Amino acid sequence: MSVIVWTYILVGLSFSLYIGIAIWARASSTKEFYIAGKGVHPLANGLATAADWMSAASFLGMAGLISFKGYNSSVYLMGWTGGYVLLALLLAPYLRKFGKFTTPDFIGDRYYSQFGRLVAVVCAIFISFTYVAGQMRGVGIVFSRFLEVPITQGVIIGMVIVLFYAVLGGMKGITYTQVAQYCVLIFAFTLPAIFISIQMTGSFFPQIGLGSQVVNGNGEYLLDKLDGLVEELGFLSYTELSGSKLNFFFITLALMCGTAGLPHVIVRFFTVPKVKDARTSAFYALFFIAILYTTAPAIAAFARVNLIETINNKEYKTTPEWFKGYENSDLVAWVDKNKDGVIQMKTKKGLKNNAAFTGKPDFIPLEFKDGKEIKDKSRGANNERLLNNKPTDNANEIYIDKDIIVLASPAMAKLPNWVIALVAAGGLAAALSTAAGLLLVISTSISHDLIKKCINPDISEKKELLFARLAATAAVVVAGYFGIHPPGYVAEVVAYAFGLAASSFFPAIVLGIFYKRMNKEGAISGMICGLLFTGTFIVLGKEITLNVTGVSTQAIGSFGMILNFVISLIVCHLTPPPPQEIQDLVEDIRVPKGSGDAVEH
Amino acid sequence: MSEEQINEEKKSADELKAAYWRENLIIVGVLLFFWFAISFGCSIIFVDQLNTIRIGGYKLGFWFGQQGSIIGFVFIIFIYTRLMNKLDKKYGFEEAE
Repeated sequence: MSVIVWTYILVGLSFSLYIGIAIWARASSTKEFYIAGKGVHPLANGLATAADWMSAASFLGMAGLISFKGYNSSVYLMGWTGGYVLLALLLAPYLRKFGKFTTPDFIGDRYYSQFGRLVAVVCAIFISFTYVAGQMRGVGIVFSRFLEVPITQGVIIGMVIVLFYAVLGGMKGITYTQVAQYCVLIFAFTLPAIFISIQMTGSFFPQIGLGSQVVNGNGEYLLDKLDGLVEELGFLSYTELSGSKLNFFFITLALMCGTAGLPHVIVRFFTVPKVKDARTSAFYALFFIAILYTTAPAIAAFARVNLIETINNKEYKTTPEWFKGYENSDLVAWVDKNKDGVIQMKTKKGLKNNAAFTGKPDFIPLEFKDGKEIKDKSRGANNERLLNNKPTDNANEIYIDKDIIVLASPAMAKLPNWVIALVAAGGLAAALSTAAGLLLVISTSISHDLIKKCINPDISEKKELLFARLAATAAVVVAGYFGIHPPGYVAEVVAYAFGLAASSFFPAIVLGIFYKRMNKEGAISGMICGLLFTGTFIVLGKEITLNVTGVSTQAIGSFGMILNFVISLIVCHLTPPPPQEIQDLVEDIRVPKGSGDAVEH
Repeated sequence: MSEEQINEEKKSADELKAAYWRENLIIVGVLLFFWFAISFGCSIIFVDQLNTIRIGGYKLGFWFGQQGSIIGFVFIIFIYTRLMNKLDKKYGFEEAE
């Protein structure tokens, strides 16, 4: 059977599973809609958190990033997992003990201020929207690649599915679909990795294969072989850190604290019955995330070796089918600079710009007449696709989109078609699960934090639930719009969501728990300053940030966070301490006893 | 109970809470030290020195950055849950089943 038939079968099966679960787990009260009635088993919550966390970017993008950046990509691996240590040790148990519905709930109550709540709501909505736009785009891209439908249509299919189970099931529906989605995505991610690891190194576990000797390589280790290959081609060493350590340090810190401050992750710890369960499910969550995050570096290294061996110094005409397939979907490009018909993938040592041409590939569109391709304008002498881009003067002739590393790995390793289709189902599971979690945060922020807590406290439960569902619907439509018409900087904006979360929520929550004296004046001014500082540098852009602070924009969240802490502490000591009942509240959340009786409101 | 007794009881409950919190802070502090050491320490600050040591095909610094730190994080949270459950029991703060 062909890849496309397999894809339809596997995607169809997994989607029916999600919809079935959504119907079984539909929410009947606001408590079920917001936090699944606080009845989620820690193991299920761990699985759901892992699926919630791992987006299309983790599933498709990360291994590609590692593959091209080598050791320097470790910032993402560490940043996106190390944040869970902060979450487990500093936030999750206490927020569960606090026992309300949302992050703005905590900020509003702990800092006894409606204004603080409002600031938190705006932060939560803004962070979640920037994040969700990227996810919808991811859904569209996966659909378009595997089911050969236009991206717009793919986004719409994704919207309908998410709409269905997020609006119907709320947190309860989302939690159990995420459990299923985790199983699909982890199976889809690890299975090809295991096959490839056995093929290349003979060991079953990719994590061990990465550090093993290659099969038939006279005892040569895989990583040494890879270092040899990339250095011979003039690229930087794969296994060594290159660039500024300071920058590295602060990007990692910003990603870690941002991870711990993301509202859609925090809210997952409100759904378990007890404080003890919040701790346990943080462990499960990171354990399940770690399975994917330790496999990704192996996939990355295997793919880089495979890629170089299949493509470099080979005649274009002899390249495998998948290579030309990705060329047709704009993900691979080749410019035959020296007109020899052979693909050269190399650069000069120490050269900063290794790109074969300037900018993203701008292909001359393929033309069809009577179902046949007309090739006179769009194809070159070797039948390769031609581009409008200006070639650079280095020797590199090839462009490869990083997303194809995971997608093309099974094809590169010549695995059967159903494995390739499985990867498609996994990518969709990853994108949908994250999108649903984010949409829920947005809808809760509107119906609970804004309408119930700020505008109309007397609203009936039934009406609030209706508003929650309406808000979720509106959020899906807006997210879908951004998915179809993405602002050019979507991918970057997603990365900046971490900086914003690190410089707003993280310090406010940590201080709220660990520093009893922290008052509303301190926390709110800290949040606003942190947010403005980070936001300003993000808007000003890369160049100015680097010149003023000496670090890249991704690292700026660390400085925003430090500024937030400093301002909070200074302002707090110039203003009166918080009232006694707030200090009692802080005492209370520090001790697990008594969280069984959930706070109704 | 007289007012004095009630006050006395409240005071000892507060002391108990304070002692629990102190031990909690020590656990969190020590574990965060390890969190910092394996990520920022082994994988960034001392990565070049560690890269001179090899385990199989892995340079040690590289292994920490791409495998070891993540595995370490999982262990840190695991140890945290064990220690905190014990601490809850010691002070009688565990929740009812």
